[in-house]
Amino acid sequence: MSDIDLKERAGTAQFDQGQSIVGRGQREAARLTREWFSSLDKAAREEKKAAYVFVMGSMSEVLRTFDLPIVFPEVTSLQLAVRGMSEELLKKSEDYGYSPDVCGYVKSDVALHLAGGHHPMGMIPKACLSITTNACNTYFKWAEAWERIFHAPIITVDVPSERANGCKSMPQDIDYQFEVDYVTGQIKELIAKCEAITGKKFDIDKFRECLVHSNTMNVYYKKVLDLNANTPAVFNHLTDGLAYLGMANCFRGTAEGAQYFKELYEEMNYRVEHSIGAITRIDGKLVSLEQKFRLGLRGVPCYPIIREFDEMFSKWGGIFVASGYLTWASGGMSKPFEFDLNNPIESFAEGTVRQVREVQGGVIFDMPEIEKRGSRFNLDGVVYHGVKSCRTASSSLADRRFCSSEEQGLPILLIESELVDPRAVSKAQLKNRVDAFFEGLISRQHKEQMQ
Amino acid sequence: MNNANHFVSSLTEKCRDKSLEEIFTILRDLVEDAQYPTVKEWRNQGGKVLGHFQVYFPEEIAHAAGMLPVKICGSQTDGVAVSQHFGSYLCSILKTSLGLALDKNIELDLFVGLPICDGARNLAGIWGRNFPYKSQILHLPQNPSSAAAPAFLRHEYQRLAQDIEKVTETPMSDEALRNSIKLYNHSRRLMFDIYQLRRTEPWKLSADESMALIAAAGFLLREEWVALAENLLPRIKARQAQQREKMRVVLEGGFCETPPFDFLQAVSRSCYVVDDDLFIGLRYLLEDVETEGDPLQNLADAYLFKSSYSAVQHDDDKPNEKMLLERVKNSNAEAVILASAKMCEPGLDEQVAYGKELDEKGIPYFISEFEENQTTFDDISIQLETFVENVMFD
Repeated sequence: MSDIDLKERAGTAQFDQGQSIVGRGQREAARLTREWFSSLDKAAREEKKAAYVFVMGSMSEVLRTFDLPIVFPEVTSLQLAVRGMSEELLKKSEDYGYSPDVCGYVKSDVALHLAGGHHPMGMIPKACLSITTNACNTYFKWAEAWERIFHAPIITVDVPSERANGCKSMPQDIDYQFEVDYVTGQIKELIAKCEAITGKKFDIDKFRECLVHSNTMNVYYKKVLDLNANTPAVFNHLTDGLAYLGMANCFRGTAEGAQYFKELYEEMNYRVEHSIGAITRIDGKLVSLEQKFRLGLRGVPCYPIIREFDEMFSKWGGIFVASGYLTWASGGMSKPFEFDLNNPIESFAEGTVRQVREVQGGVIFDMPEIEKRGSRFNLDGVVYHGVKSCRTASSSLADRRFCSSEEQGLPILLIESELVDPRAVSKAQLKNRVDAFFEGLISRQHKEQMQ
Repeated sequence: MNNANHFVSSLTEKCRDKSLEEIFTILRDLVEDAQYPTVKEWRNQGGKVLGHFQVYFPEEIAHAAGMLPVKICGSQTDGVAVSQHFGSYLCSILKTSLGLALDKNIELDLFVGLPICDGARNLAGIWGRNFPYKSQILHLPQNPSSAAAPAFLRHEYQRLAQDIEKVTETPMSDEALRNSIKLYNHSRRLMFDIYQLRRTEPWKLSADESMALIAAAGFLLREEWVALAENLLPRIKARQAQQREKMRVVLEGGFCETPPFDFLQAVSRSCYVVDDDLFIGLRYLLEDVETEGDPLQNLADAYLFKSSYSAVQHDDDKPNEKMLLERVKNSNAEAVILASAKMCEPGLDEQVAYGKELDEKGIPYFISEFEENQTTFDDISIQLETFVENVMFD
């Protein structure tokens, strides 16, 4: 869709992007992202080595205590896809031996490092260690690839998920205590390994500072997500939300991250009070988006055509007011846990159990806030978007939609494309399916109005 | 009710007075039978069934409670109807496993999913949405080298045992569990004997015959399987079979979805498969589980410290590519067939690591893919013959 179409669809309200609080979150996210990549570039050029981690269970608070640069290869890989650079890298990794049928995140990242780590946003430092959790099984294979490339040790933090739908162990349960003890033991082992690798002593007061910042981030991240229960929704999960995710991960445990989410909440609260919904940029100006249909998203974005993908929905007035993605890809930040500064290691372990478990449970089992009719987000429909490159989040989508559509009576759309591989994205097919979905929604609305 | 002491399926009668070749045909047909007739016989006699997905599952716990543990490992059904429950990018075994239950080919009282891969981790949730009985995940530690893992796993097994007791409505005694451990220790020793025979005299037992026999342990009551194996093993050892000039290979990649029997036969035309990872979960524990002391802790320790490897378990102490080299060395193999199931992400990822390691060690390997529903094998046969000729005459 062209900008002209968007102009027709968008609301008329415009905002002074230079000074207004409106749009500040987006501007700051762009600035901080550039800073994050610059810091990695600087580290690489100074031949400093980094910790490679994943968004679900990054252990950032521990790593920052050791002053380690932190690389999130999921973030660097998605940036490659957004910038249209993944295809060449995917082909290179397939020449190296990878199958076309495995995760494109892994492949584009491996090819990037085999070629020296020259990312379009800056050099990526080499790894001195990597941390993997079990929140995604491909994490293990990915970390094993780094182990071979960088000869860097893998440190695993295995976090038990809930074992059955709606069966989370609670603090008073014996199961819970065993889970927390298991993770506590692993966190202590992680700290000891970090000490050995960096040659630095673990500074528990510095760790406490990181936890303070994460506590703040946890609270405000959740508050921001909650504000989208308002009408109009104040942000779009598929566009603005991706920037928030970047901040939640790359700045976890930092003063910048804490300030960012505090200010973001301030902006979003201001917008709720002034009925300023989600905004987009047209001709350099910020304008409000038309919101006709409130949608939930299960699955992941389609990064190779991220803008066009969003426009397929926004041109019909569809806005994603809730998503599983902003829950699990934030490392569980949507499930606030206040780390106890008097008992930092044990509390961090408990928070890890709670947050990473939340991440896994939402992916494997149900997510009532999105998949139940009458949830506080007041959804008109749910979009299930599965991809080959994230089987963790995609494998159950086709089955779940039966519950949403048949048991909950929610209109659903099930589509498949790709997370990073443009070769597996069929725009025309996607567009046909999305158009048909909205035509169905409109028809449904008419029927409801008639009744 | 513990039916284990009384139940013998119709298989035992069918195999009576039959030749080895006839028995292997019966076994193959039974393994390929998506109706699970012997499991139905068990249920018809009032037995309860616990279905568990691949790869490793502590069957002893279900057995001690009087349940029949059945390895849910797909089938050769077409999977068309069930595919609406899954994305197009998933392996066949996930789809056909659910299909077996949706079509009521197999009926369970409890399902246990193992989060072995990104697809399978979702299976317990999917199962739970489609069936009224409990569907749960067994969390086998992915950080087995952590000092905190043994206590956690022991408790996880206890949690599982309690869920099983709810189904059987009978408490499980330590004594019953020790007895089951002894039985399963014995059955694993028989499996190791079968594999040792394939390493030393592979012409006496082909890979497809071996898989038919081992796979049957996944759904027969273990007492019956032990009796069958004890009967067959001496006969296999005494088999008059001629040794041929074939390349000795290790087949790697069938740890979860397994290739069809015809695939193995195609491989066997030019190779002796002297070791493999087919149904590795049934023989994952490499040494006897201790029978003295706390049986749950003994089972946990055996999994953590005395176990094999697979592409779906990360263990700092057992890098998979090094373990593959061990398997090649121990079986005196000349080459490796890296055969992954289609769309099996861990298997396909591991092919890269295996390939690089084998390159470095100068061990020839052949890369292939298979699917449980595959029906044509001419290509694999010709390609493999070419590979063998290239290696032998290089």
